[in-house]
Amino acid sequence: MSVPAANALLAERIPLEGSGPVDATRQRRVVERLQRILEPDCLLYREEDTRPFECDGLSLYRQLPMVVALPRDEAQVVAVLRACRELEVPVVPRGAGTGLAGSALPHAAGVLLSTSKLNRILSIDANARTAVVQPGVRNQAVSEAVAGHGLYYAPDPSSQIACTIGGNVAENSGGVHCLKYGLTTHNVMRVRAVTIDGDVIEVGSAALDAPGLDLLSMVIGSEGMLAVATEVTVRLVPKPAQAQVVMASFDDVGRAGEAVAAVIAAGIIPAGMEMMDRAATAAVEPFVGAGYDLEAATILLVESDGTSEEVAEEIAAIRSVLQKSGATRLTVSQSEAERLRFWAGRKAAFPAVGRISPDYYCMDGTIPRRSLAKVLSAIREMEGRFGLRCANVFHAGDGNLHPLIMFDANDPDSSQRAEAFGFAILELCVEVGGTVTGEHGVGVEKVHQMCLQFDRTTLDAFTAVKRAFDPPGLLNPGKVVPSKARCAEFGRIHVHGGNLRFPDLPRF
Amino acid sequence: MPGTEPRSDATAGDDGDRRVADLVARVRAAAAAGEALQIQGGSTKAFYGEPPTGTPLPVGGIAGIVAYEPTELYLKARCGTPLAEVETALAGSGQVLAFEPPHFGDTATVGGCVAAGLAGPRRATAGGVRDYVLGVTLLDGRGDVLHFGGNVMKNVAGYDVARALAGSLGILGVLLDVTLKVLPRPPEEATLRFAVDETTALARLNQWGGLPLPLSASAWHDGVLHLRLSGAVAAVQAARRQLGGDVVERADADAFWRALREQQHAFFGGGAPLWRVSVPSTAPALGLDAPQLIEWGGAQRWLRTSAPAASLRARVASVGGHATRFRGGSPDGAVFTTLAPPVAAIHRRLKEAFDPQRIFNRGRMYPDL
Repeated sequence: MSVPAANALLAERIPLEGSGPVDATRQRRVVERLQRILEPDCLLYREEDTRPFECDGLSLYRQLPMVVALPRDEAQVVAVLRACRELEVPVVPRGAGTGLAGSALPHAAGVLLSTSKLNRILSIDANARTAVVQPGVRNQAVSEAVAGHGLYYAPDPSSQIACTIGGNVAENSGGVHCLKYGLTTHNVMRVRAVTIDGDVIEVGSAALDAPGLDLLSMVIGSEGMLAVATEVTVRLVPKPAQAQVVMASFDDVGRAGEAVAAVIAAGIIPAGMEMMDRAATAAVEPFVGAGYDLEAATILLVESDGTSEEVAEEIAAIRSVLQKSGATRLTVSQSEAERLRFWAGRKAAFPAVGRISPDYYCMDGTIPRRSLAKVLSAIREMEGRFGLRCANVFHAGDGNLHPLIMFDANDPDSSQRAEAFGFAILELCVEVGGTVTGEHGVGVEKVHQMCLQFDRTTLDAFTAVKRAFDPPGLLNPGKVVPSKARCAEFGRIHVHGGNLRFPDLPRF
Repeated sequence: MPGTEPRSDATAGDDGDRRVADLVARVRAAAAAGEALQIQGGSTKAFYGEPPTGTPLPVGGIAGIVAYEPTELYLKARCGTPLAEVETALAGSGQVLAFEPPHFGDTATVGGCVAAGLAGPRRATAGGVRDYVLGVTLLDGRGDVLHFGGNVMKNVAGYDVARALAGSLGILGVLLDVTLKVLPRPPEEATLRFAVDETTALARLNQWGGLPLPLSASAWHDGVLHLRLSGAVAAVQAARRQLGGDVVERADADAFWRALREQQHAFFGGGAPLWRVSVPSTAPALGLDAPQLIEWGGAQRWLRTSAPAASLRARVASVGGHATRFRGGSPDGAVFTTLAPPVAAIHRRLKEAFDPQRIFNRGRMYPDL
């Protein structure tokens, strides 16, 4: 579990909206109202019942919700939202709570609306290659349910065993295969959702488009701030007949980055293309025994999938490109077991780092790949400057970087240095033309960094989009879009702390 | 504000910045005066949507490819850049716009392509325009310049407004520049022909869609199904053997798909109103007794019919789709299917948020926007 203590330090200095103790009088009023809608076991308000909901995957931010509502059907969702609108109570939607950015952090004066009882697969249409599911259905459960038809749901975030489709829609989740198969937004056709007014809306459709503006694009990735999903139509794709992976070693990170570019330049879009630096492989190898080359500065995993003919052709092309790009060692998986073993190390990178350090702070920036060598050498330099180690795993195909900063949360100085280290990395991502979050979302964790990436007019436009869906601003308030005052306060503390390395950064 | 007549040879750089500054000033003046403007790129898709109203606002002069990074798989261009120029640049590195956009004329621009949101034959398998939009710089109805998305493929900072601007018909503002994800051109292509009736074609298309085949386009018309395969050489060859059918010569096949994309195929000739019907691919034959051409694996059905819009739309809605009066027909009937009231209310509030004076492309999508 990632323990990003660092930003909590900042949160202590600039308190988040909706933090604090629960007001018992207000709680009683809301509970009395919701008791008319929900069965007793679907309405939690005693501390021992609400405590398990106090955080999501960003566990250092904790806040006891005033009330937890667990509606069983869409009619109850409508009724709960109408009641909250009438009582002016904020609503925080929550799926499985695996998110890493605190998007589902509860509100002290609000209702946490859990979709966990909306967990049915409503229909599977193998002929149309679609499934209609409720938001609380787990990502992996969809693929399991349709496997018999030779189909699967492509987005595979690392939490796919536990995370829900509703949560994926809220976060626009990615995964290791999104270079070829896309993000959630490319694999969801329609979302049925309830607005804070209690109106049921449908965005997208069972066809390939819908009339009007593409509201589906706005809803996907909106972190539960625009509407609460009650049904999602997902696109299913044929399961590839075969997959194979090439593992390549490089003695220089820059050369590995050039190799990735060379694969793309050769007209190949691999099913997955992942990179791990030596700190990451050193952490992982004793843990899983994946057979990684520990001498290499960096290893690359490049996967091809498709028909057996396609895979054979592509693997040969990938091998040849990597060889010409200066790979010092090349291994092609010869069996499904070997392929899974190569991947096991990559997938275990986070827990493996968790074993060698008391805590780690997982960053999530995206950079243009051409800046890889520059960014990684800057991170290397920052390790010295901040006195902390950092392992790097990287979705190399799409430029999504996950530096894992190792620190000790029990040591305030170490936490503070981890915070500054993380900020420096994200600033660098923005400076080289990237983004402060590739796939984990903004939530509360990156709400301050939004001030670095966007100018005020664009942030105000985001607020206007929110108000178009949610006029009273009650759905998941305080997340994603920082207020003007918050940016000003953040700027003051941040610059005074001396950490803002690029105060004249062009904002975009 | 004096209008500046854009030169067609204008490119990015200082000149482009000056043109943007002029445009901002022009838009601010229009907003202050409540003057309606119709955004004009290459005017190749002016027929699409409700009739344009307001003073023409030419943006074709804001042109030029700003950045093209083949190995980063993106291209950023100013709105007035000719679509042909973009495609030529991509071809130089063996890359394409995977959604295969129609041009509908030599002057088509990349901004118009995104604003219209129309995709070509590859749509069903490769995705639509919105699937390839990474970033947009928008000049809104207040004259503010907003930056959504960026140049990278994975980016979840803020709402995905950039994608939502695909197909927005300019009602939220001028797309000053767009960043698009690009892809390698598939190494091999083959087109097969089958003589089959409509029901058989629909059944086969959906069945094939569920198999790991390198499908990239389909078109059924008048008892003949054309199927295009694109991908690795070995995969295309294997699929050809598996599917059978008659192989169409490459040059003829390329001409066929191009004519289909550009609506120069004989089906699109003549004066009968052209309807674009978007349905689930598995929707049964519509049985509307009108000439029909089916694309996108069954999900896009073109009809030539003067039948009343209401009965056509009712039939299409009954199978979960919507119908657009694409070209021709009675100008007093709505072009687009009416939105459900709560969705229409969100549209009105979005219009209010981005363009409070309703200066841009008033009524182009719906009368109240």
